[in-house]
Amino acid sequence: MEKLRYERPVIKKLNTGVMNKYGTRTEYTPFTNIDGAKVKDLIAEFGSPLFVMSEQTIRKTYKDAVRAFTTRYPKVQFAWSYKTHYNNAICSVFHQEGSWSEVVSGFEYNKALLNGVPGNKIIFNGPDKTDEDLILAINNESMIHIDHLDELYRIIELTEVLKKRPKVAIRVNMDTGVYPMWDRFGFNYESGQAWDAINKIILTDKMDLIGLHTHIGTFMLTPSAYAVAATKLSDLAYHIKTKFGKNITYIDMGGGFASRNTLKGSYLMGADSVPSFDEYAEAICSALLNSDYSKDELPLLILESGRSLVDDAGYLLGTVLANKRLSDGRKATIMDFGVNLLFTSFWYEHKISPAQEFSHYTEDSVIYGPLCMNIDVIRENVTLPPMKKGDNVVVHTVGAYNMTQWMQFISMRPNVVLIDMDGKPHLIRKKETLEYMNSLEETPAYLKEFKL
Amino acid sequence: MKIKKNVAISESGFIFNPTTGDSFSTNPIGLEIIRMLKDDKGKDEIRKTILTKYNADESTFEKDYYDFVMMLQNNQVAEETE
Repeated sequence: MEKLRYERPVIKKLNTGVMNKYGTRTEYTPFTNIDGAKVKDLIAEFGSPLFVMSEQTIRKTYKDAVRAFTTRYPKVQFAWSYKTHYNNAICSVFHQEGSWSEVVSGFEYNKALLNGVPGNKIIFNGPDKTDEDLILAINNESMIHIDHLDELYRIIELTEVLKKRPKVAIRVNMDTGVYPMWDRFGFNYESGQAWDAINKIILTDKMDLIGLHTHIGTFMLTPSAYAVAATKLSDLAYHIKTKFGKNITYIDMGGGFASRNTLKGSYLMGADSVPSFDEYAEAICSALLNSDYSKDELPLLILESGRSLVDDAGYLLGTVLANKRLSDGRKATIMDFGVNLLFTSFWYEHKISPAQEFSHYTEDSVIYGPLCMNIDVIRENVTLPPMKKGDNVVVHTVGAYNMTQWMQFISMRPNVVLIDMDGKPHLIRKKETLEYMNSLEETPAYLKEFKL
Repeated sequence: MKIKKNVAISESGFIFNPTTGDSFSTNPIGLEIIRMLKDDKGKDEIRKTILTKYNADESTFEKDYYDFVMMLQNNQVAEETE
Protein backbone atom coordinates (compact mmCIF):
# COMPACT_ATOMS: atom_id res chain seq x y z
CA MET A 1 0.00 0.00 0.00
CA GLU A 2 1.31 3.44 -0.92
CA LYS A 3 2.20 5.52 2.10
CA LEU A 4 0.46 8.81 2.82
CA ARG A 5 2.25 12.14 2.44
CA TYR A 6 3.98 13.04 5.69
CA GLU A 7 3.45 16.40 7.31
CA ARG A 8 5.13 17.60 10.47
CA PRO A 9 2.70 17.36 13.45
CA VAL A 10 1.64 20.81 14.56
CA ILE A 11 -0.50 22.23 17.33
CA LYS A 12 -1.70 25.79 17.15
CA LYS A 13 -3.30 27.79 19.91
CA LEU A 14 -6.56 29.41 18.85
CA ASN A 15 -7.14 33.01 19.82
CA THR A 16 -10.58 34.50 19.48
CA GLY A 17 -11.34 38.18 19.37
CA VAL A 18 -7.69 39.16 19.03
CA MET A 19 -5.92 40.35 15.89
CA ASN A 20 -3.30 37.82 14.84
CA LYS A 21 0.06 39.54 14.45
CA TYR A 22 1.01 36.85 11.95
CA GLY A 23 -1.79 37.99 9.68
CA THR A 24 -4.27 35.86 7.90
CA ARG A 25 -3.39 32.87 5.84
CA THR A 26 -2.50 33.75 2.25
CA GLU A 27 -1.43 30.47 0.68
CA TYR A 28 -3.97 27.96 -0.54
CA THR A 29 -2.14 26.22 -3.37
CA PRO A 30 1.54 25.41 -3.89
CA PHE A 31 3.43 27.61 -6.36
CA THR A 32 4.95 24.98 -8.60
CA ASN A 33 5.83 26.70 -11.87
CA ILE A 34 6.79 30.06 -13.33
CA ASP A 35 5.51 30.69 -16.85
CA GLY A 36 5.41 26.93 -17.43
CA ALA A 37 8.90 26.19 -16.06
CA LYS A 38 8.69 23.90 -13.03
CA VAL A 39 10.19 25.29 -9.83
CA LYS A 40 11.66 21.90 -8.86
CA ASP A 41 13.25 21.50 -12.32
CA LEU A 42 14.73 25.00 -12.18
CA ILE A 43 16.30 24.27 -8.79
CA ALA A 44 17.58 20.89 -10.01
CA GLU A 45 19.24 22.51 -13.04
CA PHE A 46 20.45 25.85 -11.67
CA GLY A 47 20.72 25.26 -7.92
CA SER A 48 19.22 26.88 -4.85
CA PRO A 49 18.87 29.72 -4.09
CA LEU A 50 18.02 30.94 -7.57
CA PHE A 51 16.66 34.22 -8.90
CA VAL A 52 14.14 33.79 -11.71
CA MET A 53 12.90 36.59 -13.97
CA SER A 54 9.78 36.30 -16.12
CA GLU A 55 10.14 37.93 -19.54
CA GLN A 56 6.41 37.52 -20.06
CA THR A 57 5.62 39.55 -16.93
CA ILE A 58 8.16 42.26 -17.78
CA ARG A 59 6.73 42.78 -21.27
CA LYS A 60 3.14 42.68 -20.09
CA THR A 61 3.79 45.13 -17.23
CA TYR A 62 5.67 47.48 -19.54
CA LYS A 63 2.86 47.42 -22.10
CA ASP A 64 0.30 48.12 -19.35
CA ALA A 65 2.31 51.15 -18.19
CA VAL A 66 2.80 52.47 -21.73
CA ARG A 67 -0.89 52.05 -22.50
CA ALA A 68 -1.89 53.91 -19.33
CA PHE A 69 0.15 56.96 -20.37
CA THR A 70 -0.13 56.94 -24.16
CA THR A 71 -3.92 56.77 -24.03
CA ARG A 72 -3.88 60.01 -22.01
CA TYR A 73 -0.98 62.04 -23.41
CA PRO A 74 0.34 62.40 -26.97
CA LYS A 75 4.12 62.19 -26.42
CA VAL A 76 5.43 59.62 -23.93
CA GLN A 77 8.83 57.99 -23.56
CA PHE A 78 10.01 55.51 -20.92
CA ALA A 79 13.67 55.32 -19.90
CA TRP A 80 14.74 52.13 -18.15
CA SER A 81 16.16 52.77 -14.69
CA TYR A 82 19.42 50.80 -14.72
CA LYS A 83 19.91 50.92 -10.95
CA THR A 84 16.68 48.97 -10.45
CA HIS A 85 17.98 45.99 -12.41
CA TYR A 86 21.01 46.34 -14.64
CA ASN A 87 21.41 42.78 -15.80
CA ASN A 88 22.08 43.15 -19.53
CA ALA A 89 19.39 40.65 -20.56
CA ILE A 90 16.75 42.44 -18.50
CA CYS A 91 17.82 45.86 -19.84
CA SER A 92 17.64 44.47 -23.36
CA VAL A 93 14.03 43.34 -22.85
CA PHE A 94 13.13 46.93 -21.94
CA HIS A 95 15.15 48.33 -24.86
CA GLN A 96 13.38 45.92 -27.24
CA GLU A 97 10.12 47.34 -25.94
CA GLY A 98 11.34 50.84 -26.85
CA SER A 99 12.69 52.10 -23.56
CA TRP A 100 15.64 54.51 -23.41
CA SER A 101 18.18 54.27 -20.56
CA GLU A 102 18.31 56.20 -17.31
CA VAL A 103 21.63 55.84 -15.54
CA VAL A 104 23.20 57.31 -12.40
CA SER A 105 26.90 56.43 -12.69
CA GLY A 106 29.67 56.01 -15.23
CA PHE A 107 29.41 52.26 -14.67
CA GLU A 108 25.73 52.23 -15.60
CA TYR A 109 26.31 54.69 -18.46
CA ASN A 110 28.89 52.41 -20.06
CA LYS A 111 26.68 49.37 -19.47
CA ALA A 112 23.92 51.11 -21.45
CA LEU A 113 26.35 51.96 -24.26
CA LEU A 114 27.60 48.36 -24.39
CA ASN A 115 23.99 47.18 -24.52
CA GLY A 116 23.70 49.17 -27.74
CA VAL A 117 21.73 52.17 -26.51
CA PRO A 118 22.66 55.28 -28.58
CA GLY A 119 24.28 58.01 -26.48
CA ASN A 120 21.49 60.47 -27.27
CA LYS A 121 18.95 58.04 -25.77
CA ILE A 122 20.71 57.92 -22.40
CA ILE A 123 19.58 60.11 -19.52
CA PHE A 124 22.43 60.70 -17.08
CA ASN A 125 21.11 61.43 -13.58
CA GLY A 126 22.61 61.53 -10.12
CA PRO A 127 25.08 63.57 -8.09
CA ASP A 128 28.15 61.52 -9.05
CA LYS A 129 29.45 62.21 -12.54
CA THR A 130 33.22 62.31 -12.98
CA ASP A 131 34.92 64.53 -15.57
CA GLU A 132 35.47 61.40 -17.63
CA ASP A 133 31.74 60.57 -17.42
CA LEU A 134 30.70 64.13 -18.30
CA ILE A 135 33.06 64.34 -21.29
CA LEU A 136 31.75 61.01 -22.60
CA ALA A 137 28.14 62.11 -22.11
CA ILE A 138 28.73 65.51 -23.76
CA ASN A 139 30.46 63.92 -26.75
CA ASN A 140 27.61 61.39 -27.07
CA GLU A 141 24.96 64.13 -26.85
CA SER A 142 23.34 62.39 -23.89
CA MET A 143 20.80 64.16 -21.72
CA ILE A 144 22.74 65.31 -18.67
CA HIS A 145 20.51 66.03 -15.71
CA ILE A 146 22.37 68.50 -13.51
CA ASP A 147 22.09 67.77 -9.79
CA HIS A 148 24.02 70.60 -8.12
CA LEU A 149 25.80 73.89 -8.80
CA ASP A 150 29.26 72.32 -8.61
CA GLU A 151 28.28 70.09 -11.51
CA LEU A 152 26.75 72.99 -13.43
CA TYR A 153 29.94 75.07 -13.12
CA ARG A 154 32.10 72.07 -14.04
CA ILE A 155 30.08 71.48 -17.21
CA ILE A 156 30.51 75.15 -18.15
CA GLU A 157 34.29 74.70 -17.73
CA LEU A 158 34.26 71.53 -19.83
CA THR A 159 32.34 73.20 -22.66
CA GLU A 160 35.23 75.64 -23.05
CA VAL A 161 37.64 72.72 -23.49
CA LEU A 162 35.40 70.54 -25.64
CA LYS A 163 33.87 73.37 -27.71
CA LYS A 164 30.52 71.58 -27.61
CA ARG A 165 27.06 72.53 -26.37
CA PRO A 166 25.86 69.84 -23.97
CA LYS A 167 22.19 68.96 -23.84
CA VAL A 168 21.12 69.39 -20.24
CA ALA A 169 18.17 69.40 -17.90
CA ILE A 170 18.07 70.33 -14.26
CA ARG A 171 16.66 68.16 -11.56
CA VAL A 172 14.10 70.07 -9.53
CA ASN A 173 13.01 69.10 -6.03
CA MET A 174 9.80 70.47 -4.59
CA ASP A 175 7.13 70.26 -1.95
CA THR A 176 4.41 67.97 -3.27
CA GLY A 177 2.72 67.49 0.08
CA VAL A 178 4.42 64.19 0.89
CA TYR A 179 6.89 63.41 3.62
CA PRO A 180 9.84 63.08 3.48
CA MET A 181 10.53 65.70 0.83
CA TRP A 182 13.41 64.60 -1.37
CA ASP A 183 15.40 67.82 -1.32
CA ARG A 184 18.86 66.31 -1.37
CA PHE A 185 18.78 65.89 -5.14
CA GLY A 186 18.59 68.77 -7.58
CA PHE A 187 17.56 72.39 -7.13
CA ASN A 188 14.67 73.48 -4.97
CA TYR A 189 11.56 74.91 -6.66
CA GLU A 190 10.04 76.91 -3.83
CA SER A 191 13.23 78.63 -2.64
CA GLY A 192 14.18 79.85 -6.13
CA GLN A 193 17.26 77.60 -6.49
CA ALA A 194 15.82 76.12 -9.67
CA TRP A 195 15.46 79.58 -11.23
CA ASP A 196 19.03 80.46 -10.22
CA ALA A 197 20.30 77.39 -12.06
CA ILE A 198 18.08 78.04 -15.09
CA ASN A 199 19.22 81.68 -15.30
CA LYS A 200 22.86 80.61 -15.07
CA ILE A 201 22.46 77.98 -17.82
CA ILE A 202 20.61 80.26 -20.21
CA LEU A 203 22.60 83.45 -19.60
CA THR A 204 26.02 81.78 -19.91
CA ASP A 205 24.78 80.32 -23.23
CA LYS A 206 27.20 77.38 -23.15
CA MET A 207 24.67 74.56 -23.17
CA ASP A 208 21.13 73.80 -24.31
CA LEU A 209 18.55 73.50 -21.56
CA ILE A 210 16.22 70.97 -23.17
CA GLY A 211 14.40 69.44 -20.21
CA LEU A 212 13.22 69.63 -16.64
CA HIS A 213 13.39 66.63 -14.33
CA THR A 214 11.97 65.70 -10.97
CA HIS A 215 11.79 62.53 -8.92
CA ILE A 216 9.58 63.14 -5.93
CA GLY A 217 10.16 59.98 -3.92
CA THR A 218 10.03 56.22 -3.91
CA PHE A 219 7.15 53.76 -3.47
CA MET A 220 4.76 56.69 -3.72
CA LEU A 221 1.26 55.66 -2.67
CA THR A 222 -0.32 59.04 -3.44
CA PRO A 223 -0.78 59.75 -7.17
CA SER A 224 -1.96 63.30 -6.39
CA ALA A 225 1.63 64.19 -5.38
CA TYR A 226 2.60 63.59 -9.02
CA ALA A 227 -0.12 65.98 -10.13
CA VAL A 228 1.40 68.68 -7.91
CA ALA A 229 4.88 67.95 -9.29
CA ALA A 230 3.73 67.90 -12.91
CA THR A 231 1.91 71.22 -12.44
CA LYS A 232 4.97 72.88 -10.90
CA LEU A 233 7.33 71.55 -13.59
CA SER A 234 5.05 72.54 -16.46
CA ASP A 235 4.65 76.03 -14.92
CA LEU A 236 8.42 76.31 -14.72
CA ALA A 237 8.84 75.12 -18.29
CA TYR A 238 6.21 77.54 -19.56
CA HIS A 239 7.78 80.48 -17.73
CA ILE A 240 11.18 79.64 -19.25
CA LYS A 241 9.47 79.90 -22.64
CA THR A 242 7.82 83.22 -21.86
CA LYS A 243 10.89 84.71 -20.16
CA PHE A 244 13.67 83.52 -22.47
CA GLY A 245 11.82 82.28 -25.55
CA LYS A 246 13.38 78.84 -25.03
CA ASN A 247 11.34 75.70 -25.57
CA ILE A 248 11.70 72.95 -22.98
CA THR A 249 11.33 69.83 -25.11
CA TYR A 250 10.70 67.34 -22.33
CA ILE A 251 9.45 67.02 -18.79
CA ASP A 252 10.88 64.02 -16.97
CA MET A 253 8.69 62.95 -14.06
CA GLY A 254 11.23 60.38 -12.80
CA GLY A 255 9.96 57.23 -11.14
CA GLY A 256 8.79 56.18 -7.71
CA PHE A 257 5.60 54.31 -8.65
CA ALA A 258 4.89 51.54 -6.15
CA SER A 259 5.07 47.86 -7.02
CA ARG A 260 2.65 45.30 -5.62
CA ASN A 261 4.87 44.53 -2.67
CA THR A 262 3.63 45.06 0.89
CA LEU A 263 5.54 47.61 2.94
CA LYS A 264 6.28 46.65 6.53
CA GLY A 265 3.64 48.05 8.84
CA SER A 266 0.98 48.22 6.10
CA TYR A 267 -2.51 47.20 7.12
CA LEU A 268 -3.47 46.03 3.63
CA MET A 269 -1.56 43.79 1.22
CA GLY A 270 0.33 45.76 -1.41
CA ALA A 271 -1.62 44.18 -4.25
CA ASP A 272 -4.83 45.56 -2.71
CA SER A 273 -3.61 49.03 -1.84
CA VAL A 274 -1.03 50.38 -4.32
CA PRO A 275 -2.23 52.71 -7.08
CA SER A 276 -2.47 51.38 -10.63
CA PHE A 277 -0.53 52.77 -13.60
CA ASP A 278 -3.81 54.36 -14.69
CA GLU A 279 -4.08 56.32 -11.45
CA TYR A 280 -0.51 57.65 -11.74
CA ALA A 281 -1.03 58.40 -15.44
CA GLU A 282 -4.29 60.20 -14.80
CA ALA A 283 -2.65 62.46 -12.19
CA ILE A 284 0.41 63.30 -14.31
CA CYS A 285 -1.20 63.59 -17.73
CA SER A 286 -4.15 65.65 -16.50
CA ALA A 287 -1.78 68.13 -14.85
CA LEU A 288 0.29 68.48 -18.04
CA LEU A 289 -2.75 68.78 -20.29
CA ASN A 290 -4.19 71.44 -17.98
CA SER A 291 -0.98 73.52 -18.15
CA ASP A 292 -0.68 76.70 -20.22
CA TYR A 293 0.83 74.81 -23.16
CA SER A 294 -1.22 74.59 -26.33
CA LYS A 295 -1.90 71.11 -27.70
CA ASP A 296 0.86 71.33 -30.31
CA GLU A 297 3.52 72.66 -27.91
CA LEU A 298 3.16 70.02 -25.22
CA PRO A 299 6.56 68.74 -24.11
CA LEU A 300 7.55 65.08 -24.32
CA LEU A 301 6.71 63.25 -21.09
CA ILE A 302 9.56 61.02 -19.91
CA LEU A 303 9.10 58.40 -17.19
CA GLU A 304 11.94 56.60 -15.44
CA SER A 305 9.91 53.91 -13.70
CA GLY A 306 11.92 50.96 -12.46
CA ARG A 307 10.41 49.20 -9.47
CA SER A 308 6.83 49.15 -10.75
CA LEU A 309 7.92 47.68 -14.09
CA VAL A 310 10.16 44.85 -12.93
CA ASP A 311 9.37 43.95 -9.32
CA ASP A 312 6.49 41.60 -10.13
CA ALA A 313 8.62 39.76 -12.70
CA GLY A 314 11.18 38.53 -10.16
CA TYR A 315 11.09 35.41 -8.00
CA LEU A 316 13.59 33.99 -5.57
CA LEU A 317 13.53 30.21 -5.25
CA GLY A 318 14.97 28.76 -2.08
CA THR A 319 15.19 25.71 0.13
CA VAL A 320 14.43 25.04 3.79
CA LEU A 321 17.69 24.33 5.64
CA ALA A 322 16.23 23.66 9.08
CA ASN A 323 13.36 24.16 11.48
CA LYS A 324 13.85 25.11 15.08
CA ARG A 325 11.89 26.21 18.10
CA LEU A 326 12.76 29.53 19.69
CA SER A 327 12.88 29.96 23.46
CA ASP A 328 9.51 31.72 23.49
CA GLY A 329 7.84 28.84 21.63
CA ARG A 330 7.79 30.44 18.19
CA LYS A 331 8.60 28.26 15.21
CA ALA A 332 11.60 29.36 13.17
CA THR A 333 12.45 28.19 9.67
CA ILE A 334 15.92 28.77 8.24
CA MET A 335 16.16 29.26 4.48
CA ASP A 336 19.20 29.09 2.22
CA PHE A 337 18.76 32.75 1.23
CA GLY A 338 19.13 35.72 3.53
CA VAL A 339 19.20 39.49 3.55
CA ASN A 340 22.44 39.29 1.56
CA LEU A 341 20.33 38.28 -1.46
CA LEU A 342 16.97 39.70 -0.46
CA PHE A 343 17.92 43.23 0.52
CA THR A 344 14.33 44.37 0.09
CA SER A 345 13.20 42.18 3.01
CA PHE A 346 14.36 45.05 5.22
CA TRP A 347 11.30 47.04 4.15
CA TYR A 348 8.85 44.58 2.51
CA GLU A 349 6.74 41.76 3.89
CA HIS A 350 7.57 39.51 0.99
CA LYS A 351 5.00 36.92 0.02
CA ILE A 352 6.43 33.41 0.40
CA SER A 353 4.79 30.34 -1.15
CA PRO A 354 5.66 26.67 -0.63
CA ALA A 355 6.57 24.95 -3.90
CA GLN A 356 5.13 21.53 -3.00
CA GLU A 357 1.81 20.09 -1.88
CA PHE A 358 0.68 21.02 1.61
CA SER A 359 -2.39 20.62 3.78
CA HIS A 360 -4.60 23.42 5.03
CA TYR A 361 -2.89 23.44 8.45
CA THR A 362 -0.60 26.34 9.15
CA GLU A 363 1.99 27.47 11.64
CA ASP A 364 3.03 30.91 12.76
CA SER A 365 6.70 31.21 11.95
CA VAL A 366 9.74 33.42 11.75
CA ILE A 367 11.70 33.04 8.53
CA TYR A 368 15.45 33.42 8.92
CA GLY A 369 18.22 33.46 6.35
CA PRO A 370 21.37 31.35 6.67
CA LEU A 371 23.76 34.14 7.65
CA CYS A 372 25.52 34.05 10.99
CA MET A 373 24.08 37.47 11.78
CA ASN A 374 21.14 38.33 14.02
CA ILE A 375 19.70 40.81 11.51
CA ASP A 376 19.20 38.09 8.92
CA VAL A 377 15.39 37.94 9.13
CA ILE A 378 13.31 37.50 5.98
CA ARG A 379 9.87 37.57 7.65
CA GLU A 380 9.36 38.31 11.32
CA ASN A 381 5.84 36.87 11.40
CA VAL A 382 4.28 34.74 8.72
CA THR A 383 1.65 32.04 8.61
CA LEU A 384 2.78 29.12 6.45
CA PRO A 385 2.07 25.39 6.17
CA PRO A 386 4.53 23.15 8.01
CA MET A 387 7.67 22.64 5.91
CA LYS A 388 10.56 20.27 6.39
CA LYS A 389 14.24 20.39 5.53
CA GLY A 390 14.70 20.24 1.77
CA ASP A 391 11.28 21.70 0.91
CA ASN A 392 11.30 24.57 -1.58
CA VAL A 393 9.74 28.00 -1.40
CA VAL A 394 9.15 30.83 -3.85
CA VAL A 395 9.51 34.44 -2.74
CA HIS A 396 7.44 36.76 -4.91
CA THR A 397 7.95 40.28 -6.25
CA VAL A 398 11.72 40.50 -5.88
CA GLY A 399 12.64 41.79 -9.35
CA ALA A 400 13.50 45.34 -8.34
CA TYR A 401 16.72 46.33 -6.57
CA ASN A 402 17.63 42.90 -5.19
CA MET A 403 19.89 41.93 -8.08
CA THR A 404 21.65 45.29 -7.88
CA GLN A 405 21.77 45.75 -4.10
CA TRP A 406 22.63 42.14 -3.23
CA MET A 407 25.74 41.56 -1.20
CA GLN A 408 28.56 39.07 -1.43
CA PHE A 409 28.45 38.52 2.31
CA ILE A 410 29.24 35.14 3.88
CA SER A 411 28.12 33.36 0.73
CA MET A 412 28.35 34.22 -2.94
CA ARG A 413 25.64 35.39 -5.28
CA PRO A 414 23.61 32.68 -7.06
CA ASN A 415 22.55 32.09 -10.65
CA VAL A 416 19.93 34.30 -12.28
CA VAL A 417 17.62 32.78 -14.88
CA LEU A 418 15.24 34.41 -17.36
CA ILE A 419 12.17 32.44 -18.45
CA ASP A 420 11.54 33.44 -22.05
CA MET A 421 8.17 33.97 -23.75
CA ASP A 422 7.99 30.22 -24.54
CA GLY A 423 8.68 29.12 -20.97
CA LYS A 424 12.31 28.20 -21.67
CA PRO A 425 14.88 29.13 -18.99
CA HIS A 426 18.08 31.00 -19.93
CA LEU A 427 20.98 31.57 -17.54
CA ILE A 428 21.51 35.35 -17.58
CA ARG A 429 24.02 35.67 -14.74
CA LYS A 430 26.31 32.93 -13.57
CA LYS A 431 26.71 32.26 -9.87
CA GLU A 432 29.91 33.62 -8.39
CA THR A 433 32.78 31.26 -7.65
CA LEU A 434 35.64 31.32 -5.18
CA GLU A 435 38.04 31.66 -8.12
CA TYR A 436 36.19 34.76 -9.35
CA MET A 437 36.13 36.34 -5.88
CA ASN A 438 39.81 35.59 -5.31
CA SER A 439 40.75 36.92 -8.73
CA LEU A 440 39.83 40.40 -7.50
CA GLU A 441 42.13 40.23 -4.48
CA GLU A 442 45.89 40.68 -4.09
CA THR A 443 47.84 39.35 -1.09
CA PRO A 444 51.19 41.13 -0.57
CA ALA A 445 54.11 38.68 -0.84
CA TYR A 446 55.17 39.19 2.79
CA LEU A 447 51.77 37.93 3.98
CA LYS A 448 51.78 34.73 1.97
CA GLU A 449 53.66 32.59 4.45
CA PHE A 450 52.74 31.84 8.04
CA LYS A 451 53.18 29.07 10.57
CA LEU A 452 50.34 27.90 12.78
CA MET B 1 4.44 11.48 28.37
CA LYS B 2 0.66 11.44 28.66
CA ILE B 3 -2.23 13.65 27.67
CA LYS B 4 -3.94 15.26 30.64
CA LYS B 5 -7.11 13.41 31.52
CA ASN B 6 -9.48 16.36 31.33
CA VAL B 7 -8.29 17.52 27.88
CA ALA B 8 -11.07 17.15 25.31
CA ILE B 9 -10.15 16.05 21.79
CA SER B 10 -12.58 16.20 18.87
CA GLU B 11 -12.46 14.04 15.75
CA SER B 12 -11.51 17.01 13.62
CA GLY B 13 -8.43 17.96 15.67
CA PHE B 14 -9.98 20.57 17.92
CA ILE B 15 -8.51 20.39 21.43
CA PHE B 16 -9.83 22.04 24.56
CA ASN B 17 -8.03 22.29 27.87
CA PRO B 18 -10.62 23.14 30.56
CA THR B 19 -7.90 23.82 33.16
CA THR B 20 -6.47 26.78 31.26
CA GLY B 21 -9.45 27.57 29.03
CA ASP B 22 -7.20 27.34 25.97
CA SER B 23 -8.26 25.72 22.72
CA PHE B 24 -6.02 24.44 19.95
CA SER B 25 -6.14 22.92 16.50
CA THR B 26 -3.86 20.20 15.24
CA ASN B 27 -3.28 18.51 11.90
CA PRO B 28 -4.17 14.84 11.22
CA ILE B 29 -0.73 13.48 12.15
CA GLY B 30 -0.74 15.59 15.31
CA LEU B 31 -4.19 14.23 16.16
CA GLU B 32 -3.03 10.64 15.65
CA ILE B 33 -0.06 11.18 17.95
CA ILE B 34 -2.22 12.81 20.61
CA ARG B 35 -4.70 9.91 20.47
CA MET B 36 -1.90 7.38 20.82
CA LEU B 37 -0.45 9.30 23.76
CA LYS B 38 -3.91 9.36 25.33
CA ASP B 39 -4.05 5.58 24.89
CA ASP B 40 -0.73 5.39 26.80
CA LYS B 41 1.22 4.28 23.73
CA GLY B 42 5.01 4.74 24.04
CA LYS B 43 7.27 6.63 21.67
CA ASP B 44 8.49 3.47 19.90
CA GLU B 45 4.99 2.30 19.13
CA ILE B 46 3.96 5.74 17.93
CA ARG B 47 7.02 5.95 15.70
CA LYS B 48 6.34 2.53 14.21
CA THR B 49 2.70 3.38 13.51
CA ILE B 50 3.50 6.73 11.86
CA LEU B 51 6.39 5.42 9.77
CA THR B 52 4.30 2.51 8.55
CA LYS B 53 1.47 4.78 7.50
CA TYR B 54 3.31 7.90 6.28
CA ASN B 55 6.16 8.56 3.90
CA ALA B 56 8.80 9.81 6.36
CA ASP B 57 12.25 8.75 7.52
CA GLU B 58 13.12 7.95 11.09
CA SER B 59 15.25 10.98 11.84
CA THR B 60 12.68 13.40 10.42
CA PHE B 61 9.95 11.84 12.56
CA GLU B 62 12.12 11.82 15.67
CA LYS B 63 12.98 15.54 15.35
CA ASP B 64 9.36 16.43 14.73
CA TYR B 65 8.07 14.19 17.51
CA TYR B 66 10.27 15.77 20.17
CA ASP B 67 9.30 19.24 19.02
CA PHE B 68 5.61 18.31 19.02
CA VAL B 69 5.55 16.79 22.51
CA MET B 70 7.49 19.78 23.81
CA MET B 71 4.74 22.02 22.43
CA LEU B 72 2.09 19.78 24.02
CA GLN B 73 3.84 20.22 27.36
CA ASN B 74 4.35 23.97 26.90
CA ASN B 75 0.65 24.32 26.14
CA GLN B 76 -0.20 22.16 29.20
CA VAL B 77 -1.99 19.62 27.07
CA ALA B 78 0.42 16.86 28.06
CA GLU B 79 2.59 16.13 31.09
CA GLU B 80 5.57 13.95 31.87
CA THR B 81 4.69 10.55 33.31
CA GLU B 82 6.05 9.80 36.79
